[in-house]
Amino acid sequence: MTGTGIEGGAGALAAPARRPAASGWLERTRPMLLAMIVPALLLALWQFATTQGWTRLIPTPAETARYMVDFAVGGVWDDAFSATLHVHLLASVQRVYGGFALAALVAVPLGLMIGRILLVRQLLDPFLQLMRPIPVTAWLPLSMLLFGLGPRSAFFLVFLGAFYPILLNTVFGVRSVEPRLFEAAAMLGCGGRAQFYKVVLPAALPSIFTGLRLGLGLAWFVIVVGEMTGVPQGLGAVIMDGRTLSRTELVICGMIVIGVAGYVSDRLVVALMNRLLRWSPTHAA
Amino acid sequence: MAEIPILGVRGVGKTYALGEQRIEALRGADLVVRKGEFVCLIGASGCGKSTLLRIVAGFEPPSTGTAEMWGMPITGPAPDRGMVFQDYGLFPWLTVRQNIGFGPAARGRPRAEVKATVERFVELVGLGRFADAWPHQLSGGMKQRVAIARVLANDAEIVLMDEPFGALDAMTRERLQDELLEIWQRTRLTVLFVTHSIEEAIFLADRVVVMEPGPGRIASAHTIDLPRPRDVASPEFNAIRRDLGRRLHSHHAPKAA
Repeated sequence: MTGTGIEGGAGALAAPARRPAASGWLERTRPMLLAMIVPALLLALWQFATTQGWTRLIPTPAETARYMVDFAVGGVWDDAFSATLHVHLLASVQRVYGGFALAALVAVPLGLMIGRILLVRQLLDPFLQLMRPIPVTAWLPLSMLLFGLGPRSAFFLVFLGAFYPILLNTVFGVRSVEPRLFEAAAMLGCGGRAQFYKVVLPAALPSIFTGLRLGLGLAWFVIVVGEMTGVPQGLGAVIMDGRTLSRTELVICGMIVIGVAGYVSDRLVVALMNRLLRWSPTHAA
Repeated sequence: MAEIPILGVRGVGKTYALGEQRIEALRGADLVVRKGEFVCLIGASGCGKSTLLRIVAGFEPPSTGTAEMWGMPITGPAPDRGMVFQDYGLFPWLTVRQNIGFGPAARGRPRAEVKATVERFVELVGLGRFADAWPHQLSGGMKQRVAIARVLANDAEIVLMDEPFGALDAMTRERLQDELLEIWQRTRLTVLFVTHSIEEAIFLADRVVVMEPGPGRIASAHTIDLPRPRDVASPEFNAIRRDLGRRLHSHHAPKAA
């Protein structure tokens, strides 16, 4: 039997359809241009609203940009917030990734066990389901009592925010492994515990990654709340200070930085995910 | 002293509980398969042919009777009975090479040996050019080649095939039938093959076992004496096809007018 026949020979790889090579400059930049339309319109609306005097409390885009430069490198106002962006960003990034990493470290193994071991599922699942509807923000007062005013409280809230999406998606991934694959592994001589590493873990990986991605997104979401608890540094603290001092431009700058940082960290996870899940038709980049 | 057959099924029955109901999928099946034999199980849906195959594979215990390999009771799935599923059952996260090497690696064979085995069976099924592709990049026929190669690479003595070509187009199916026969003749494998196609059964098998539904049971067995390669258009082939067709269809209840 050789591979020269209909099947092995002519049947080319059924790779995802690639668009034909882009013909022109416009064709190549089209997706980017399309993506810019809505932000550009919003920016125009913002500009229009602030210059037409619809509101006096919000600075114009140009003013905000100047504040952003001052926030990043200083030289415009030179006040307490000038050239402090990196300090706040670093503080937030540490908490986001620290809380997220701890959540992943706890939630992934726990999810694997809940999904796979009946005793653990019966022991923990009802409790976790009961705790799940409590919003992270509702934990704020209690976490201040438990962990005090400061970074530990923010860290805890980020952990809590990232924990559930990672846990639930891991459990889902483990529970939805195709039964056929266990049969295939068993008849090939891979049974019992070995199936966990050879079948369950790789089969659950796409779901685990979905959970990690959602968890990281929520970690950025929660950081502002977490940093309202009287921490001196962090993007959430900047936004809260901006509010207290009625410095709206600072609030907007903080929002923009969080948005960009959250976006960048999501792209990193997606890149890692597409790399590790190249085998999956839904992830192959 | 009687020769011990590679596969011996005696009085095997299977009853499932479906809620309050009990469904008898298979009753009193007796089947002996000798080493090197190619046996096809054929019958309408609900005749218990897949149930019998799954019991032989060790995926399900029989409710009554015994299934033995080389005289030893079958207690669970094992590499000496390799299964080829209709829906392939390939590991989507492993490449063609890794899928074929899964069994030998899982059983702790030395790495160099696994590698050599994989290369041999990649070539055997003609997938050299696709050795590093993932299953989702392959056509159905190629996937089924990988599924066959991985049980052969794992030293299966019996290959159990559950309508393996049922999801493939006619041309691919014929090609894979030829290739399977070629492998079978070269390696002297034993094959137990479930199908609902009379033509496929006569084309492939040394012996065709006809099964009936309600409850599922073995109705008759027919030795196919035609020389190989068989010509599906020959009068002899069609005589057998007519005969088996009558036996199969006589079991169906007449349709209401």
